[in-house]
Amino acid sequence: MADSRLLELEATEAEGEARRQAQRGPSLLRRGLALGGLVVGIVVVWEVVKVAFAITDFNLPHIYAIPLAFLKPLAGTGQPMGLYLLDQTQYTVYEALAGFVMGGLAGFALGVVFAHSALLERGCLPYVVASQTVPILAVAPMVVIWLGRGFFSIALIASYLTFFPVVINTLRGLLSVEPAALELMQSYAATRREILFKLRMPASLPYLFTALKISVTASIIGALIAEMTGSQRGLGWNLVYFAQYYNSDPPNLWAAILLSGVLGLLAYGAIVLAERRAVRWQTRVD
Amino acid sequence: MAMASTSPIVSITNVSKRFGASGSNGQTNALSRVSLDIAPGEFISLLGPSGCGKSTLLRLVADLIEPSDGQISVKGKTPRQARLDREYGIVFQSPVLYEWRNVLHNVELPLEVMRFPAAERDRRAREMLELVGLKDFERHYPWQLSGGMQQRVSIARALSFKPAILLMDEPFGALDEMTRERMNTELLNIWSQTDTTVIFVTHSIAEAVFLSSRVVVMTPRPGRIEKVVTIDLPRPRNFETREQPHFFELVTAVREGLREV
Repeated sequence: MADSRLLELEATEAEGEARRQAQRGPSLLRRGLALGGLVVGIVVVWEVVKVAFAITDFNLPHIYAIPLAFLKPLAGTGQPMGLYLLDQTQYTVYEALAGFVMGGLAGFALGVVFAHSALLERGCLPYVVASQTVPILAVAPMVVIWLGRGFFSIALIASYLTFFPVVINTLRGLLSVEPAALELMQSYAATRREILFKLRMPASLPYLFTALKISVTASIIGALIAEMTGSQRGLGWNLVYFAQYYNSDPPNLWAAILLSGVLGLLAYGAIVLAERRAVRWQTRVD
Repeated sequence: MAMASTSPIVSITNVSKRFGASGSNGQTNALSRVSLDIAPGEFISLLGPSGCGKSTLLRLVADLIEPSDGQISVKGKTPRQARLDREYGIVFQSPVLYEWRNVLHNVELPLEVMRFPAAERDRRAREMLELVGLKDFERHYPWQLSGGMQQRVSIARALSFKPAILLMDEPFGALDEMTRERMNTELLNIWSQTDTTVIFVTHSIAEAVFLSSRVVVMTPRPGRIEKVVTIDLPRPRNFETREQPHFFELVTAVREGLREV
């Protein structure tokens, strides 16, 4: 469920639907029904598979056991597990957000630099690409070894995943400007700065938001993975913890997985909303 | 040319333009030793088939490209200096509106770049939109307008900073015949209310004759000026102009210029 590709796929469909809705005017009822139908469908498939393949509660708990797990008091604290997990999730949200902002800003800045210097682009872009071939699971422990455990290390690891799509798409967006639009600016004797702010940047916004949608879920994944080695708190750390103690309480792990999925969807939704505000002129979809 | 009395606003002398690596046989002669003087306030059409170098000539004047040989002077300056002094308004074949700006802000774009105060920008942009008949569309976004309306926004934008020279590169080439004729009349109306010199690239003979004070007939391979036809049709010109015998005589004269290749 927390698989990023799945999240993206669902989110892309949701986005397509949202655009169609935006054209026809909002129909909250239709959307509510669709969402309800989806939930019912998941519940039915889950339970049918469980019965059909005779899967034990240990391997696949009943789906209703997952929401119930949020309500059960957590051993040792007496606090409902859901409250504890939400509290832990806060850390993850802040870490992911810091990573998203750092990676996003760094990526955007690098995209702007590359757009203005073909030399730097040719010289440095291959290294940026190469950096992404090193798996985050290998990078995360190194960062922790260098910088120690804690908030900044985790945010930095999260930014590592955020950064790349933003560089590539910012660069593409800034260079997407049609030649005549550029010549128009030249005919006004516009400076490079004016061309950047009045032409290239606005033109790159749709590309940038495409990157941000990928990056925002990636930053959460980065934070979750980083917590597994670089922290003793947060949703990622709890995922490991609940997996270790899976024997004693299987639904706890499922609840944590569900929460990380919801977190990704919410973050994605936030970017979609921001995009709709920032890229308002793109109501045309033809 | 019979322009000796007034000093030309644009003076093109023996200009050649070659594209491609020099010396190689992949090189094309886009323009070969072209000379032309344009008087202030003239409406000049560059007419010819594809590949005759008419757009190249326009782009050379605009300082969007540089000549391989020869000299161009604009108000006694180099094209580069004229561009830096914001002497040019340009209208391309496609309107090139910035899709994230509404109509009013598209017209304000050059004024922003040229650091006009906000109130002045607003006043001028509204004035220009009124001139092109789009007063009620200020808040519309480009995609909400028809092709003809988009091109009118583009003309308003080009004129907003009152440039001395308006360069138009097949501005109505993408429009249907009816819209094009209406836009021609409107353009003359707009032009008569400004003191702009217009250089207008087209491959429509009727359009060139209807609009211009002189039609420069160009022929390809290599691009050069075949002949210059003075259009002495009275102004203001309107739909009846197109039905006068003299209009057809001039169209014929221009067409023969094109055939003499």
